[in-house]
Amino acid sequence: MTIRFDKLGVVIAAIVAYAAFAAPFATFRANRIVPGEARSILEALPAMLGPLLLAVIVVAAVVALLKTPLILRLAASVVALAALALLIGVAGSFLTPEGNSFARISPASGFWLLIFAFTLLLADVLTRLNLSPWARIGVLVVAAAAIGMLLVSGSWNSLSILKEYANRADSFWAEGSKHVTLALGSLAAAVIAGLPLGILCHRVEKLRAGVLNVLNIIQTIPSIALFGLLIAPLGWVATHVPGAASLGIRGIGTAPAFVALFLYSLLPVVANTVVGLAGVPRAANDAARGMGMTDRQRLFGVEFPLAFPVILTGIRIVLVQNIGLATIAALIGGGGFGVFVFQGVGQTAMDLVLLGAVPTVALAFAAAIILDAVIEMTSTRRPEAQPA
Amino acid sequence: MKEAGVKAWVPSLLRLALVVLLIAFVSNPGWFEPLLKPLTESNAPAIYNQGSLLTLTLLHLRTVLIATVAATTVAVALAILVTRPAGVEFLPLSRSLVNIGQTFPPVAVLALAVPAVGFGEKPTLIALFLYGLLPIFENALTGLTTLPANVVEAARGAGMTGWQRLVKVELPLSAPIILGGIRLSVVISLATATIGSTVAARTLGEVIIAGLLSNNLAFVLQGGLIVAALAVLIYDGLSAIERYTARRMGQETA
Repeated sequence: MTIRFDKLGVVIAAIVAYAAFAAPFATFRANRIVPGEARSILEALPAMLGPLLLAVIVVAAVVALLKTPLILRLAASVVALAALALLIGVAGSFLTPEGNSFARISPASGFWLLIFAFTLLLADVLTRLNLSPWARIGVLVVAAAAIGMLLVSGSWNSLSILKEYANRADSFWAEGSKHVTLALGSLAAAVIAGLPLGILCHRVEKLRAGVLNVLNIIQTIPSIALFGLLIAPLGWVATHVPGAASLGIRGIGTAPAFVALFLYSLLPVVANTVVGLAGVPRAANDAARGMGMTDRQRLFGVEFPLAFPVILTGIRIVLVQNIGLATIAALIGGGGFGVFVFQGVGQTAMDLVLLGAVPTVALAFAAAIILDAVIEMTSTRRPEAQPA
Repeated sequence: MKEAGVKAWVPSLLRLALVVLLIAFVSNPGWFEPLLKPLTESNAPAIYNQGSLLTLTLLHLRTVLIATVAATTVAVALAILVTRPAGVEFLPLSRSLVNIGQTFPPVAVLALAVPAVGFGEKPTLIALFLYGLLPIFENALTGLTTLPANVVEAARGAGMTGWQRLVKVELPLSAPIILGGIRLSVVISLATATIGSTVAARTLGEVIIAGLLSNNLAFVLQGGLIVAALAVLIYDGLSAIERYTARRMGQETA
């Protein structure tokens, strides 16, 4: 009987060995801005739990290291991730001195590396399982529900990032909804304006190069500059156009951020509409014409459905990009999760940075998974649209 | 015939004019002060006065260059690794990892890198590096996996080793596509590098942020326009190199 190693498993096992035995598991700080002291797994957890966590991690790493059935690898990665998620909360309450509300406990590099290693294992298993789009969304929902339950149950409440949250729970949700409104609203506006523009560019060849060049140049303007440059014209509109100010149009704040995100979103939407429509097979168009379809019928009945997956790809790019870019809106008073990031950078309070960054990354990640799944669904339902 | 010839010259002339304008602006911004003056309020300075625009432009370009070279090296090496028989089982995973990397907003990467490496250029380099990886990796992968089968077979038949095939056949043939990825990555990096100034990196973002903080539109405009002009010129330059290599490859394989 020979033992066979899994190539990726070797990498994972190496990371796990370093993270579990050489890197700190949690950081203890006397207050939120002083440098922290490292705590290893055995120091950070109560008597029985430390060795138990180490045992779980080592077993999971061995499962990863050897060539094992997929289902076993799946179980190992899920169990290890669940144990880490539960026990970091335990470490938080265990390390916080009784009745001390200034002390901050945060996960340290060892914890993050362990999470990374087992997420890598999980990602590899999920990639190899080749899940259907619905199953992928299902996995996302289950993961989100699990994290949501941990948050609601309060088992993470002793961790520093949630202490930051507790101090500003109201503004967190207000900024969060502003962030989502900015990202989704500008996307919706870009789709409403970009689709007709894309169709126009497809039909009128003379316009195409000009429009796409202008949109390309807009993309090269750095986001913070574009946000800033819109302050002046919007301020002018607010003071000179009656009724504009009451609509919320102002020089600083959400309006320039919204317009800037809209401008950035136009290129992917328009370009992908043009590419998608150009990729519609000639035969399909000829057949539709032969059936006596009008231009409009052909557009909505034939060209558009066939080009849809490509257009969706453009929308995916825009959505993920907008969720990230909306953080910059905070620089010009536009709100969003960026508020916490920039406040945190200013105060060198990393927990506050995390409070802004983690939800942003989670949103972008979820948006990417969902839209990728939708794209796959729409393009497999119409296999004839593939040779675009 | 003659008209077409004249028309073909227009873009090159525009480009040349842009280069001249850009060089004149960064080396002697004082000349342009009257143009920017109307944008300022209450006698604020119209030209950035807390550092030389030329130095900032060069530092900006240096940051982008270092990050792009690093991203290109890693992305191409990774693409080569996962297209060899020994690394092929990493292919799907590496693709999803690089994709996930792209969902991290640059501001978040910057802010999170600060406690690890401190303020300044380093967190910016990390963010630009991560952001530059995806386009280059995707394109390198496309280039290396869509080589004409008969060419690869011929190379194998000629007795070339794996290494020789890679260096003499596969890489040169996929060079134009890889260059396309580098071009995308550079343009993204040029704009993203400005955000680095929120964590005290010395880039042209400094000018823009100074403008935002002191409500000075002239600063915002000059910072933004220099970056945009650099991006347009570099994009054009790299496109030209790409066309040149593509033409050479076309001739050599014909």
